[in-house]
Amino acid sequence: MKKRNSRSQLTAAIVVVASILAVSCTPVKEYQKGKINDSEMVLSNRKIEKTELSFQSYREGASGANAGKSGGGCGCN
Amino acid sequence: MVLFQLRAQDIPVDSTGYKSRKLKVEEVNLVSSYYTQNGDHSAVTGGIGTQKLTDIANTIDVKMVKYGQTGIKHTFDIEAGIDHYTSASSDMIDLSANSSASSSDNRFYPSLTYLRENEQKGQTLGIGVSSSTEFDYQSFGGNISFSQKTKDRNGEFSARFQTFIDQLKLVKPDELRPGGEGYGSAGRNTFAGTLSYSQIINQRLQVLLVGDLISQNGYLSLPFHRVYFSDGTVHQEKMPDTRFKIPIGIRASYFMGDNIIIRAYYRYYTDSWDLKAHTADLEIPVKITQAFSLSPFYRYYSQSAAKYFKPYGGHSQSDEFYTSNYDLSKFNSSFVGMGLKLTPPDGIFGLKHWNTLEIRYGHYTRSNDLTSDIVSINIKYR
Repeated sequence: MKKRNSRSQLTAAIVVVASILAVSCTPVKEYQKGKINDSEMVLSNRKIEKTELSFQSYREGASGANAGKSGGGCGCN
Repeated sequence: MVLFQLRAQDIPVDSTGYKSRKLKVEEVNLVSSYYTQNGDHSAVTGGIGTQKLTDIANTIDVKMVKYGQTGIKHTFDIEAGIDHYTSASSDMIDLSANSSASSSDNRFYPSLTYLRENEQKGQTLGIGVSSSTEFDYQSFGGNISFSQKTKDRNGEFSARFQTFIDQLKLVKPDELRPGGEGYGSAGRNTFAGTLSYSQIINQRLQVLLVGDLISQNGYLSLPFHRVYFSDGTVHQEKMPDTRFKIPIGIRASYFMGDNIIIRAYYRYYTDSWDLKAHTADLEIPVKITQAFSLSPFYRYYSQSAAKYFKPYGGHSQSDEFYTSNYDLSKFNSSFVGMGLKLTPPDGIFGLKHWNTLEIRYGHYTRSNDLTSDIVSINIKYR
């Protein structure tokens, strides 16, 4: 019962966030993307974070949803 | 280094929008890291004992691009990495040895990715292969991906499927290997599907929603992890042969004013071993000058214990599955540090195309007595 509650709360949270984002979008033309295209604005991990992500995935039980590898290779001492 | 320098002199900087039909190096990244950790809960010695470990990692990533006659962009990404690590806990696979063969090892991991991008349609198809080799572990991976931009180019939907086919050498703790028997082997397979959607909200804000479904089967224990039962007997770790993981994340980047960027990330994770986790990450790059920026960051992580975890001496003969690996225990952790980025107009050390130098340091503390430090350096050619 508790499991089902937390799942429905998570689903509700995703729907709310997605709805808020959908209604607050304003169209941005290519020539207006100066700030969006800045290298620090990228929506993924940077190359320099590779070893960090690797040790976090070994030292912690959770992994994934960060646009990286989801398995393969042990390195798990 | 000299090779790339010569190449850099050959190719004039393209400011006309001309798209080369020759294959040319677009970007090279050299990344090196030094990682060190210490703790008192090694799974090799049943949840007690040193976790001292050092790892030196070096990777080179070369991205090459060419345009086809129909304007299709072809990208080839070749990456190779090698790690050298020393591990005090691995050394304890043989309890009587002072420094055994397992006290250090190397890992080699090359990968190759090809992307075919139709810029007119905003559509990209990708395919990739990878491998990872250690003394007791061999992994082969493959992936395919597809992404489609929205009509107004403000949103992008992506789907990716990855698989890893792994083979482990079953290196048992020494006292569980009577008569010096040889190593057996076992397989482990991972299948991961990822869906993501990114959206530009306005001229300063963009967000990404991402979710994975990951299924693992095969030998999911580690053969050299000991578990001491309450009756004093010692056993090899034993875990179920399936695990199903669901991580869901949201990422946002916001450009505040002219010099400050806020990067935020949150992830919720749950799996079939009853492990649940929350991750929150905040990084604030500040552009001090046009060529120099500082990025302080903080990451908080918390997880519940996997249902098969108990500490040293906690398990009994009635348990079907058992581990004393503290990576699967209940804990929270903090990771704090700073990044530094230099992009001098004349290039690093006067080499024009080697135009970015990044250094990043982080300190990690876990509530069950594990600490670690990592320093990384990235030099980029473009």
